[in-house]
Amino acid sequence: MSATSNASNATHRGNTGATQTSAVETRSLTRRFESLVAVNQLTFSFPRGSIFGLLGPNGAGKSTLIKMLTTLLPPSEGTALVAGFDIVREPREVRRRIGYVSQMLSADGDLTGYENLLISAKLYGIARAERASRIAEALDFMDLTHAASKLVKHYSGGMIRRLEIAQSMLHRPSVLFLDEPTVGLDPFAKQAVWRHIRELRQEYNATILMTTHDMQEADELCETIAFMHQGTIATIGSPEALKASLGPEATLGDVFIHYTGADISEGGDLRDVSRTRLTSKRLG
Amino acid sequence: MSHAHGLPASVSDSGFPGIGYVRQTLAVAEADIRKLIHDPFELLTRMIQPVLWLLIFGQVFTRTRAIPTGGISYLDFMTPGVLAQSVLFGAIFYGISLIWERDLGIVHKFLVSPAARSSLVLGRAISSTARSLCQMVLVYLLALALHVHLHIGFWAFAGVTAAVIFGSAVFSTFSLIAACIVKSRERFMGIGQVLTMPLFFASNAIYPLSLMPIWLRNLSKINPLTYQVDALRSLMIVGGSTTFGLWVDFAFMAGALALMIAIATRLYPKIIT
Repeated sequence: MSATSNASNATHRGNTGATQTSAVETRSLTRRFESLVAVNQLTFSFPRGSIFGLLGPNGAGKSTLIKMLTTLLPPSEGTALVAGFDIVREPREVRRRIGYVSQMLSADGDLTGYENLLISAKLYGIARAERASRIAEALDFMDLTHAASKLVKHYSGGMIRRLEIAQSMLHRPSVLFLDEPTVGLDPFAKQAVWRHIRELRQEYNATILMTTHDMQEADELCETIAFMHQGTIATIGSPEALKASLGPEATLGDVFIHYTGADISEGGDLRDVSRTRLTSKRLG
Repeated sequence: MSHAHGLPASVSDSGFPGIGYVRQTLAVAEADIRKLIHDPFELLTRMIQPVLWLLIFGQVFTRTRAIPTGGISYLDFMTPGVLAQSVLFGAIFYGISLIWERDLGIVHKFLVSPAARSSLVLGRAISSTARSLCQMVLVYLLALALHVHLHIGFWAFAGVTAAVIFGSAVFSTFSLIAACIVKSRERFMGIGQVLTMPLFFASNAIYPLSLMPIWLRNLSKINPLTYQVDALRSLMIVGGSTTFGLWVDFAFMAGALALMIAIATRLYPKIIT
């Protein structure tokens, strides 16, 4: 198991140019919202080139952790290195090296698929000479070439998610964050997104950190899984090792319940539920 | 991904500092302007208000001759005020789009990009001016139809355009600040209503400063709308004059814009928390 909840085998690259082995390394990362501790003294790392799954019930701190790692939210304490750069001291360098697909739908429905990608290309400073070919490649990779000139509000849910992943990969990030990438999708669209995530990993050697509530998705895609509970990592390991730790017939669902079961039925707060329903509604 | 952890191979660092900033700012504006081109309905609805003010209010008050306008007709006097008011009313509610895009998750995409926060703010301010320039064209056409005595010429038109751009950028950025503070659509609509009328009436848009009581006149002197109207009146209308001088007008608007952008840049990331 290469990922670890307390190992610090990464070397801070920062501006030194030294190589490193961890895609993400957190150091006592903490986020408080008044008296609520959403993420509590989190220390873990995972290696480059892997698909890392972050699971746990609503309110466990997954989305807060991703927001901190993507520099959307400053930590209350501690820090993290993402692609070798410090999220507190070097947030702009981090942003240049990550891709992010949020739990909500970040593709703009009032623009075409092509326009969404074009705006991303400009925001990430992709050279003018490369833009057209890079966008064409992304559309082709995600099977969206035929829909490039359609407004995104007329896309199916699966197409929107694929477009968002294409947007997030356009600048070839070192680390890709996917926050519940298949929430609200039907099984067929889910399968298509899974296939594209696997291909991304193979084609571009992308490091992917994803959150999900779907145990099958985690089992299918992730090499390492961490279960979060009340702001900390309850357990971490490969899907096989985690299941084996509970017995030969155990499933990831059993692992989930074993480590976080008390909170499964709570289902998040009003904001969580509203966001999930809004996303599902927009995905049709 | 051969350059994993270094700067991705495709991301170009242009050799000129500031070029990337300009490109990112314009990309933010471009996204919004493209949406406007796909669905220009908003522009049509925005045209109703200046038409009503000029055709009804302006025509009636021109006949009363109750307001001293310094040798020009009341319709001539109020036309720059109506243009400034149209810009204000459009820009002051611009922040609601930020809240809406936050709820949809679109704002997150911009915030995780390497674009500077100030370029995100400035880009939105620029896109707001695109709407205002459309209103400017409408007001000019209406004014011509109503025989308002307009300065016609390149420099007059360029000056009016600049005043409209500054005014729109100031008030739309002010609106973004309000959106970042109140964060919900319902609260924002209430705040927008509360802000609009005081800004409008504490200005020289439809009556001169000389008619105001001292306290209101003092208040109007810290209102950017007053300086926008002052500049517009002298640039747009034959016989129109400026109270403060064009340099003061534009300097005040530029200062207000710089202040608004500085505050909005600080508050912008908080819209998602």
